[in-house]
Amino acid sequence: MKDNSLSNILNQHNSSEQIDGQLYTLNLGPTHPATHGIFQNVLTMDGERILHAEQTVGYIHRAFEKISERRNYAQITTLTDRMNYCSAPINNIGWHMTVEKLIGVKVPKRVDYMRVILMELARIGDHLICNGVTGMDAGAITGLTYMFIERERIYDMYEQICGARMTTNMGRIGGFERDFTPKFHELLKDFLKTFPARFQEFCNLLERNRIFMDRTIGAGAISAERALSYGFTGPNLRATGVDYDIRVAEPYSSYEDFDFIIPVGTSGDTYDRFMVRQQEIWESLKIINQAYDNLPEGPFHADVPEFYLPEKADVYKKMEALIYHFKIVMGETDVPKGEVYHAVEGGNGELGFYLVSDGGRSPYRLHFRRPCFIYYQAYPEMITGSVISDAIVTMCSMNVIAGELDA
Amino acid sequence: MTNEFVLEAITREFPESVISSSEPHGMLTVEIKKEDIKKVIHYLKDSSLEINFLTDVCGIHYPEFPEKEIGVVYHLQNMMTNFRIRIKAFMSRENIEVDSLTELYAGANWMERETFDFYGIKFKGHPDLRPILNMEDLGYHPMLKEYRLEDGTRTDKNDSMFGR
Repeated sequence: MKDNSLSNILNQHNSSEQIDGQLYTLNLGPTHPATHGIFQNVLTMDGERILHAEQTVGYIHRAFEKISERRNYAQITTLTDRMNYCSAPINNIGWHMTVEKLIGVKVPKRVDYMRVILMELARIGDHLICNGVTGMDAGAITGLTYMFIERERIYDMYEQICGARMTTNMGRIGGFERDFTPKFHELLKDFLKTFPARFQEFCNLLERNRIFMDRTIGAGAISAERALSYGFTGPNLRATGVDYDIRVAEPYSSYEDFDFIIPVGTSGDTYDRFMVRQQEIWESLKIINQAYDNLPEGPFHADVPEFYLPEKADVYKKMEALIYHFKIVMGETDVPKGEVYHAVEGGNGELGFYLVSDGGRSPYRLHFRRPCFIYYQAYPEMITGSVISDAIVTMCSMNVIAGELDA
Repeated sequence: MTNEFVLEAITREFPESVISSSEPHGMLTVEIKKEDIKKVIHYLKDSSLEINFLTDVCGIHYPEFPEKEIGVVYHLQNMMTNFRIRIKAFMSRENIEVDSLTELYAGANWMERETFDFYGIKFKGHPDLRPILNMEDLGYHPMLKEYRLEDGTRTDKNDSMFGR
């Protein structure tokens, strides 16, 4: 095993680029504009060259796992959307599906398709920000500002579903609280019609841009073997050439119904990560189009009275509805014993929920497998030996979300 | 690759190590003696089973079983055949030590640090076992069940009737 300790590196390092021959330490973060979130990298530099890097994380640790041991299942949804806040609906829906797996609920086909539409919209929003920011940190701010408009349109659609924009708390265990509203249909149709042309402009701006390519090709590369050893998943793994995507490997929520491809890269560098995300946006659009065209009729939630809040009108008039309403709001629903692991393809990779229930009203143990936390530990290996400007674009293209990093 | 096939391979190779096995919601779950964890996971990785992706490491605490109080749960995966397995090891509070997997998986580094941070499990052979998400001088491991979420001195809240 390679010895990466600082003293070893300093011993081996004999020629200095600095005139005075001194190394210096640079704190990149915790609140550096380029870290896009609160985490710190302590870099040992020789001139512009990075000799050693060490991260400090945990600045916004909020003890979600501990809190969820005291909350009822419906209240945990609000914790999940504070993890990867760029694609909060995927987290929410992933959590709902975990609980449904534990209690053994089959949701109607319409719910599956609605979920697919929202999760893919969230993926588009997530990738747009990541790629826009990668462009921005390479010096092209224009792309980000235009893509922010598109993300706003996605957030407008979230608003129609759940009333919130960023931390969505979307859906319920068993389905959705309401069907797609007419306004949502209008917004989605408009989005599907106008987004491709606008996104194409963004593609034209960066994909074959000489300056951008020179900045990103070869920067922060990692081999497929190392990426797997580090536990990479999602676009960052696919950029190294491994075609693993949970949507295809273990289809959930009727992903097997749709026709789409999994883009892969070859070299695992910043440009490949960028391009994989770009292609995934096109594939997500394809999935949304298919799901929206074939949206089945039917109920928008499963019949799980113990977990799904009844109609408000019924609560006032019917005994049964009132009882269930009270039990859900007070968190008095007993959940069957069991343990379950469920993973969804989040914006950054495999977002897993390991849930152990002892038959009580809140989880006995809930562990979030957060892709960011697991792949960010490879960062020093990816930037050691490169210059600091490469380190910045590498960090952006990895899409490290501080909320998911620290949970 | 089926659960029976993998379980048989493990029991054939390590007849002494397997304590029990089950299949909650279809995922093979094997309890292994904690001394043999590294051996078994190394075997899964390098044998023809090719279960060579470490998905997740986390801890769990059962205060009511003193002999098996603290547990480590590993999730592993074969990406080619999409086979997942869960491996557990339990230990007592006095002997809270298990072999580190950092030599097998680079990604085990932070996952084990996180588990140490929250449950105090010492991973033998870990290069840098420090708390990761909590501050380094916190001095205790907050996910253990004896640490209540809210201030234990409060008397105005009685949650016993809500089953918590």
